[in-house]
Amino acid sequence: MNNRFITYCKHQVEAAPLAVFRVFFGVMMVFSVIRFWSYGWIDKLYLQPSFSFSYYGFEWVQPLGIFTYGLFAVCGISALCVALGYKYRVAVIFFFLSFTYIELMDKTTYLNHYYFVSCVSFMMIFLPAHRYFSIDAYRNASLASFTVPQWTIDSLKVMLTIVYFYAGLAKLNSDWLVEAMPLKIWLPSKYDIPFLGDLMQQEWVHYAFSYGGAGYDLLIPFLLFYKRTRWFAFALVVVFHVLTRVLFPIGIFPYVMIVSALIFFDASLHHKILAFISRLFKISKEKIDALASHSTKKSISRIAPITIAVFLCIQALLPWRYLAYPGELFWTEEGYRFSWRVMLMEKAGYAQFTVKDTQSGKQFAIDNSDFLTPFQEKQMSTQPDFILEYAHFLGNHFEAQGHQNIAVFVESYVALNGRLSQPYIDPKIDLMQIKDSFAPKDWLLPFNDKIEGL
Amino acid sequence: MKKYIIVTLLTLGALVTYSCSDDDSVTTDEGTNPSFDRGVMLANWADNIIIPAFTDFETKTSALEDATQTFVDNPTPVNLESLQDSWFNAYVGFQEVSLFEVGKAEEINYRNRLNAYPTSVSKIDDKIENGNVNLALPSSFDAQGFPALDYLLYGLGETNEETLGFYTTHTNAEAYKTLLSTVSQTIHSLTEEVLTSWTGPFRDSFVTNTASSVNGSVDKLTNDFIYYYEKSLRAGKVGIPAGIFSNDPLPQNVEAFYKGDISKELLLASIETTQNFFNGEHFDGTTAGVGYKDYLDFLNSIKEGDDLSVLINEQFNLSTEKAKTLNDNFTIQIENDNTKMLETYNELQRNVVFIKVDMLQALSIDVDYVDADGD
Repeated sequence: MNNRFITYCKHQVEAAPLAVFRVFFGVMMVFSVIRFWSYGWIDKLYLQPSFSFSYYGFEWVQPLGIFTYGLFAVCGISALCVALGYKYRVAVIFFFLSFTYIELMDKTTYLNHYYFVSCVSFMMIFLPAHRYFSIDAYRNASLASFTVPQWTIDSLKVMLTIVYFYAGLAKLNSDWLVEAMPLKIWLPSKYDIPFLGDLMQQEWVHYAFSYGGAGYDLLIPFLLFYKRTRWFAFALVVVFHVLTRVLFPIGIFPYVMIVSALIFFDASLHHKILAFISRLFKISKEKIDALASHSTKKSISRIAPITIAVFLCIQALLPWRYLAYPGELFWTEEGYRFSWRVMLMEKAGYAQFTVKDTQSGKQFAIDNSDFLTPFQEKQMSTQPDFILEYAHFLGNHFEAQGHQNIAVFVESYVALNGRLSQPYIDPKIDLMQIKDSFAPKDWLLPFNDKIEGL
Repeated sequence: MKKYIIVTLLTLGALVTYSCSDDDSVTTDEGTNPSFDRGVMLANWADNIIIPAFTDFETKTSALEDATQTFVDNPTPVNLESLQDSWFNAYVGFQEVSLFEVGKAEEINYRNRLNAYPTSVSKIDDKIENGNVNLALPSSFDAQGFPALDYLLYGLGETNEETLGFYTTHTNAEAYKTLLSTVSQTIHSLTEEVLTSWTGPFRDSFVTNTASSVNGSVDKLTNDFIYYYEKSLRAGKVGIPAGIFSNDPLPQNVEAFYKGDISKELLLASIETTQNFFNGEHFDGTTAGVGYKDYLDFLNSIKEGDDLSVLINEQFNLSTEKAKTLNDNFTIQIENDNTKMLETYNELQRNVVFIKVDMLQALSIDVDYVDADGD
């Protein structure tokens, strides 16, 4: 076993797929930063809010005021360096750190695809994606190589498989399959889309999309692995992601997934892509190839494959952590994030906080818009960890203003997947007395329904 | 390799053709499940509710301006009373248009300029002292509109006789008269501006903008509807004066504080407008057109859930019934028996949950435009 692992680790394949992945990933990220910046979202999401929601244990990660722009600049420039393969190792470390820092600043903006970017960029720190078709290899012939270890490419395939497969598993529940929820809510509102608008009102379409989406997620990695179905699978990838792009506001994620899926193809396709890029930018691919062919065998540290293997094991296990919690996952959201539960539920909520002086008995209600942006308020009102953090923020805020013996209560309602709204948090509980932790949140009221399945 | 690509493209082409021909047959055969036409709802909102409401309100503000002019030219007790009557008529009329803070109204901050209360007595006094009648600056928002007139017509003196003195014998009588007419004129000219934009090209751009994005008319007006219900109606008219948002009740923060005995009537007019708009009822009250109620019923026929439109209407009715038990004068109500105010607030509050959580979810309307993957 140990022997076979070492042989596998040493087995070399063409480096072109990894090079193409690096180039496209870097370009996508540059584009993503520019898009984010040009929409004014840095200001809107990180500078305007007077309060940001932190991840448990990452309270020290806060927006940097005006320097937040600098952070995004670092992120964009390092992404460009990754694409070019210029000082790749340093660049990808900077990219991973800056991007992840941005994501940790406010969990209001949590998106699975941002998490995906963090995961992939972390892996890329350990992958020799600059061996071929990079400025680094061009300037340093001892670095250039036609080949990389097979595990480096396989690890990205496994990561993509995890994303799709777990997204598919998460859809195997009664709301998705029996009720066609939440697509039954989302699709009818897209009635003004050309050609598809009327179709979106039809019930059978909601079911077709539900089953199609679940089937796609579960099967697509395997169709991509298998050579004979690969092109068909890739066509499905394109159709599926373009469709999600048309129907839902999910930014550049569809494009990232489309280009990522190219990693499954043989090197011959990647050479064609690189030749095309070379023609476009008047780069001599022949010269790059000549440099690479002179290369000597590279030694690779054992740390890299072991780190990636451990990382992928964690990825495979993390989505199951919800099993450790009682109650309905969609309701409590304990173990919901970082598990590839994408476009899975429609949740809306309302939370009215009351700050009470426990000695005088006087109390007053909070207007959330005094402290939160509409987007923050929306996210806060359906997620218990947000509600708790905000309650503590309110308590501390009014204590600092000289109020004493403060208790914070919340009257909250949540509607899940088209069910009528129900009371969410126990309104009699003083949230100031509760500390956030990974323990089950017993201050949530029970969900008066059952969702079967994973 | 090439062969695979060709086969794939052919398969895709076949799939697309198949699905297209399929969808033709569905729309022709299954006429029983037509899609909801937002354009019809928007046209009903614009043509049968919003424009008639503003047209009606404009005549009332015009009458207010005329009555003000008559009074300023000739400050007699009779002219004062007739001005007070026009003010009351227009103030009730304002409750029927305030909800529609979209387009021009949104641009010019219509609601804040016509009805920011409590009005700032110190700012009004300042304007009188300095003869400054510029009302355009945001800092002047709480020194104009109906609340400023409330003060100028009822707050200066205990009786009409005393009030008249400010416009006749007072050393600053001219300044009082100038401010009074400027405030009335501004109310009318701002209203004209909004009405003109509705009768102009804005109506068509509003009705044809059926997009389901944050800039689509349905999404925009729905967000305005909720904002109005939550902030202006529930909080402004009841919650804030009843002390929900403060340690103690704030009886001086009621709407029409100086006139006093009309705060209930203004609240009831506001609730009625909101409920009628929800049901798509025409402004003239004769016909029920297409509104949220019909939209929710249509969507509910797809998901077979609870009958949300019935729940919301029942809650509106409960709120109205509770509000009717209140004293005409909310200041008196708060000072004597604030629990009734709190009870009314609670009924109004229940509909915030239905409208902001359940209705918004059913309509699948986003609060703001950012990327989201549904979690």
